Amino acid sequence: MKKQSPKDRIKNFNEVALGMSEEEAVKEASRCLFCKEPKCSANCPVEIDIYRFIDAIKNKKFDEAIKVIKEKNNLPGVCGRVCPQEDQCEGACILNAKNKPINIGALERFAADWELNQLSAISSSAKGETSPATAGGQLSAKTGAKVAVIGSGPAGLTCAGDLAMMDYKVTVFEALHTAGGVLVYGIPEFRLPKEIVKKEVDYLKSLGVEIIENFIVGKTSTLKELFAQGYKAVFIGTGAGLPSFMNIPGENLNRVYSSNELLTRANLMKAYLFPDFDTPINIGKKVAVIGGGNTAMDSARVSLRLGAEKVYIVYRRSEKEMPARKEEVENAKEEGIEFHILTLPKRIVSDDKNFVKAMECIKMELGESDASGRRRPVPIHGSEFIMDVDTVVVAIGQSPNPVFLKATPELKLGKWDKIVVDSKTQATNIKGVYAGGDATLGNDTVIAAMGAGKRAAKAITLHLSILNAQV
Amino acid sequence: MFKILSNEKIAPRIFRMEIEAGLVAKKARAGQFVMIRIDEKGERIPLTVAGHDDKNITIVYQAVGVTTHRLAEKKQGEHLLDVVGPLGHATELGEIGTVCCIGGGVGIAELYPVAKAYKGSGNKVIAIIGARNKELVIYKDELKKISDEFFVTTDDGSDGEKGFVSNVLERLIESGQKIDLVYAVGPGIMMKVISDVTRPSKIKTLVSLNTVLVDGTGMCGSCRIEMDGETKFACVDGPEFDGHKVNFDEMIARQSLFKEQEGHACKIRGIKT
Repeated sequence: MKKQSPKDRIKNFNEVALGMSEEEAVKEASRCLFCKEPKCSANCPVEIDIYRFIDAIKNKKFDEAIKVIKEKNNLPGVCGRVCPQEDQCEGACILNAKNKPINIGALERFAADWELNQLSAISSSAKGETSPATAGGQLSAKTGAKVAVIGSGPAGLTCAGDLAMMDYKVTVFEALHTAGGVLVYGIPEFRLPKEIVKKEVDYLKSLGVEIIENFIVGKTSTLKELFAQGYKAVFIGTGAGLPSFMNIPGENLNRVYSSNELLTRANLMKAYLFPDFDTPINIGKKVAVIGGGNTAMDSARVSLRLGAEKVYIVYRRSEKEMPARKEEVENAKEEGIEFHILTLPKRIVSDDKNFVKAMECIKMELGESDASGRRRPVPIHGSEFIMDVDTVVVAIGQSPNPVFLKATPELKLGKWDKIVVDSKTQATNIKGVYAGGDATLGNDTVIAAMGAGKRAAKAITLHLSILNAQV
Repeated sequence: MFKILSNEKIAPRIFRMEIEAGLVAKKARAGQFVMIRIDEKGERIPLTVAGHDDKNITIVYQAVGVTTHRLAEKKQGEHLLDVVGPLGHATELGEIGTVCCIGGGVGIAELYPVAKAYKGSGNKVIAIIGARNKELVIYKDELKKISDEFFVTTDDGSDGEKGFVSNVLERLIESGQKIDLVYAVGPGIMMKVISDVTRPSKIKTLVSLNTVLVDGTGMCGSCRIEMDGETKFACVDGPEFDGHKVNFDEMIARQSLFKEQEGHACKIRGIKT
């Protein structure tokens, strides 16, 4: 897939990966061997019939391709862009034997974008309300029970979409002013344009999903009040919004940000358009981003685009252990981000105005394997050094958002306040209440959250049909 | 969209706005805040709920930056794009005894619902409010009405006594006045001084912190403060904290993070700061 050149793209927030043309997509689809027992689909957390959609693209039946995808996935434009395909469908592709797996993610994105383009062409000529041509659901009034979904991130949206297609009346409650959760506040514009998220959210609305923004369950209403208002089941998809810090000296200095703050300012609030937009961001010239996940890569690349001259990734293990997608690490390196691996921050040094002046780090080496199977990093005695930076971004993970959890003490929580659920049904300890996504997983992928949303929708359907039979 | 029912200037640069926001109004309690956003390009800012009934909420703000200046230009009948809340913990009430409620500047408006709630739950309320000058003393009659004892201070002596709210508090403590709780809301430096005044006599002191927020729901950590060596988030752990444990110097320093950017934005819009 074509990309913006690193030289150009570090100066803008436009999408880096440019997508495939029709010819390119058909050519790529034609490489597929169409295995009798496709391994790709078996490795898709939402079980897309990949064989059929690639076959449709090969035969230039693009409308058919997106229809096949939407049988299982209501957010194809998102997934085509941010799924770790290399670990899932593409990772299982038989053509890996020749190191040339089918670029399934790019094809999914192609099909999704093709449809969105068709739709905008129709709506701009008709100027009226258009429903997506391939909508799997009905626009008519829903006859099923009322279901509440808390949080409009990937887990919540998926659960809501699947339930709406089963004719339930679904209301999604979103705390922020825009639907999408991590897709809008976390993942940067240059990886996932917000217009794509908006269009896919609009698609869910066209299936009959109602979305109420600026509504915090736990504050604006409690879980009990939702049931009292007639909701028969609830899905909790409140995400992992609470940023972790390292608890080292100097962490509250000015220009130390959590990755959440940096990304929310840039992505949700469009601080990169300041002062045309009102939300500011204060980024210095030399930025250290601490962490090795996708969020760290996003934070580094956002910092660069906000005008930093030097951006460093500071990670305590080696590159092999980095949880970020390979593609994102490569993108970051192409853009000139420097990697300081096997490096652990010890303290952040202040200037006389309480701003970051430098960061003291210590070198690490890999020791024995730990519980995660990765080799444990151990400090090298006496290897401390000072890193010349004026901004620090802490991207070492998040734990579940506490607002809803604090207001719902009856909900059973596990380690790190993750909601305890049944792995098959996503059911919590409260009857009729289900949960999924990062609120239960910690920091996982968009597609893992979507898989959980799907399982929950299935279980909720069953729960509601039993309730219905009892009446 | 949230309809603006009124937006009046109550003192130089200080405005009171009433907004139709039923869901928030029904739940709001003294001490809580809302996040608002004017329009698509607006930033999210926190404002304490200064009053509410079943349908509407009142906010009081000082026009100091771009957003508050833009708010001040809003007219009755216009709308705010987003209002969300109520956020933060509500003030813990109950029979405490004598509560000394202290407000400074625009913080006086934030003090009012809290003082009223303390009074309503059977406490003796001593109110001390302070401002730079007479014109900036707000909510005077309202607070006077609900307090058992009432003091005004101004920097220039144009209203009440000349000096600071902390002077009155010191005098009360020295005179042997029994105080079970001090509640302070206002500029960081005022809350710091108040906490210093009550520290030797170990009078429990609550301060309501106005930190920088983005989401207001625990997501960004912009509002983090140090409490006894531990990091807390003002939005979800507060906004009220034990004044004797807050690292005020750090908190005050953190408020200057965006000063340069804000100055620039005001300048290009011709806003005098």
